[in-house]
Amino acid sequence: MTTVNIDHLTKVYPGQTEPSLDDLSLEIRSGELTALLGPSGCGKTTTMKMIAGLLVPTAGDVLFDGRSILHEKPEHRGVVMVFQNYLLFPYMSVADNIGFGLKMRKIDKTEIDRRVSEMLELVKLPDLGKRRPSELSGGQQQRVALARALIVQPNVLLLDEPLSNLDAHLRFEMRDLIRSLQQEIGITTIFVTHDQEEAVVLADKVALILDGRLKQFDVPEMFYQRPVDEATTRFFGGQNFVQGTSDGVVFDSVLGKLKLPEGAYKGKGVLTFRPENIRLGSNVGSENKLSAKISERIYLGTHTRLKLQIADTEITALVNPEAANGLSVGDTITASLPIAALWVLSA
Amino acid sequence: MSYQARPTLFANSFRFITGAVLITWLILPLVPLAIWSFAKGWFFPDLLPQRWSMRAWEYTFSDTAGVIDSLGLTIGISLAATFLSVLVGVPAGRALGMYKFKGKGAIELLILAPTIVPGIAVALGIHSVFIGMGLTNSVQGVILVHLIPTLPYMTLVMSGIFSNYDAAFEDQARSLGASAVKTFWYVTLPAILPGIIVGGLFAFLVSWSQYILTLLIGGGRVVTLPLLLFNFASAGRSDITGAIGIIYIIPGIIILTLTARHLSGRSGAVGGFGRV
Repeated sequence: MTTVNIDHLTKVYPGQTEPSLDDLSLEIRSGELTALLGPSGCGKTTTMKMIAGLLVPTAGDVLFDGRSILHEKPEHRGVVMVFQNYLLFPYMSVADNIGFGLKMRKIDKTEIDRRVSEMLELVKLPDLGKRRPSELSGGQQQRVALARALIVQPNVLLLDEPLSNLDAHLRFEMRDLIRSLQQEIGITTIFVTHDQEEAVVLADKVALILDGRLKQFDVPEMFYQRPVDEATTRFFGGQNFVQGTSDGVVFDSVLGKLKLPEGAYKGKGVLTFRPENIRLGSNVGSENKLSAKISERIYLGTHTRLKLQIADTEITALVNPEAANGLSVGDTITASLPIAALWVLSA
Repeated sequence: MSYQARPTLFANSFRFITGAVLITWLILPLVPLAIWSFAKGWFFPDLLPQRWSMRAWEYTFSDTAGVIDSLGLTIGISLAATFLSVLVGVPAGRALGMYKFKGKGAIELLILAPTIVPGIAVALGIHSVFIGMGLTNSVQGVILVHLIPTLPYMTLVMSGIFSNYDAAFEDQARSLGASAVKTFWYVTLPAILPGIIVGGLFAFLVSWSQYILTLLIGGGRVVTLPLLLFNFASAGRSDITGAIGIIYIIPGIIILTLTARHLSGRSGAVGGFGRV
């Protein structure tokens, strides 16, 4: 069990002026599963490589249980990184791949064999030890890569885009496997992903990094309910932003006066609310009712997306397809914005 | 059926004819060599020698001829040149195949230059340099000068290999607990071995067939097989030339047979400068 402290970590690649990672500080508690989330090129893989010792930081420190590990060679850090494309050694059998880390630690051959077959059981591939990696499916390769990392019992496990190369049905299976293995072994795990859904379903805590800077480090729910700024809101699929002024109780804008939840930001700000939290119909809810004209209607299968014209502004609503039944472009309807769904960002 | 059979028949006969022409082209010149080595006088217009003899072969394997010593020396020089080519060519190929850096184009041109510039011009220039360094008339000097034509092949093959190589495998191995040395041994080496074999084969054969460079730098004191061969050929001893000639081509055939599968192109080892 290891607590990882990332302390003002910065990386500027040679020949570049802008840092790829700018002053990142995070505390990842022992046994937690943390996601580094951000678009490609935001510095998340750079962060992983610096933790793994594959890249030297320009400034800052990485501490395991309060002790700096920057001077340690990668093979002595007790960190194993699982790469996005698995990187199974093609010249070795599946069993040799999984046993590689133990072989490097000069563990006895019979002991390696025993633990490799244990590991194969754990990742549910008991009969594939003699195969070549190229004979396995993507999902199976992913499990072998995971087994190869877990067998050395690292203090910290790093996963690079663990689900992104998998088909939709395999992603859920793999997510459950990663989650259950991580919980069982209780290993401090950091994974990077560009997919907010992947971060939300897998992680205990999410660190959102945009343009090399940490935006928000929180439990997944908070990114939907209490985002720190517009960019964060947009990254998590938020589309509604309305300029106005808040006095902590009421938000005054082109939408009229809307009641705010307790503890809302005071002053000039931007009101945001998630498209899926908008309610339609005059009999639903009683607070913050607005008259809206439908300007666009798109059926998305599980949801229907409506663009609503209110006063001079347009907002987006995601509603149940049933709720949108019988509505068409040009209709005027009543929409309500539940108080708890509103959130004010500082302008 | 006949619609499909005709092009196949054509393709088959075409393949057969080109194959036959190639084999004739390569094997036919060797036939007189073999006949000469067993002939006791072979004069125009006889199709075959009047009398046969083992004299040339007996002489070739005798102590006085120096063929066996020369064979050993040639093998030694070629092996040393190959070994040094691998030592220099692998890191050089890695740099050229995997990284971008200033002056890369110029370095590639410099490495390729010996294969473009006539050997005699290179040899004359390097001769005066080697005299100053006291490297002429020595085996070491000959080995060193053989690197000039062997290195381009080695570097070229290795840069092709490395341009298709994913260095992330090395990161993965380090992360799993392998030291830098073990990473090279267990991960890098297996991946680049086909290239080392093919490049080494080229280097060996290129060194094996050097004449001018050996003659000039060796100053006639380092007598490799091609030099010995030329001595007997210019002395008009066609029978002994034939016997030595046969011995001279044997290593090439052995090496080719052993490594043929790596030359098939599937190994990706013959891709040249790859991404360049």
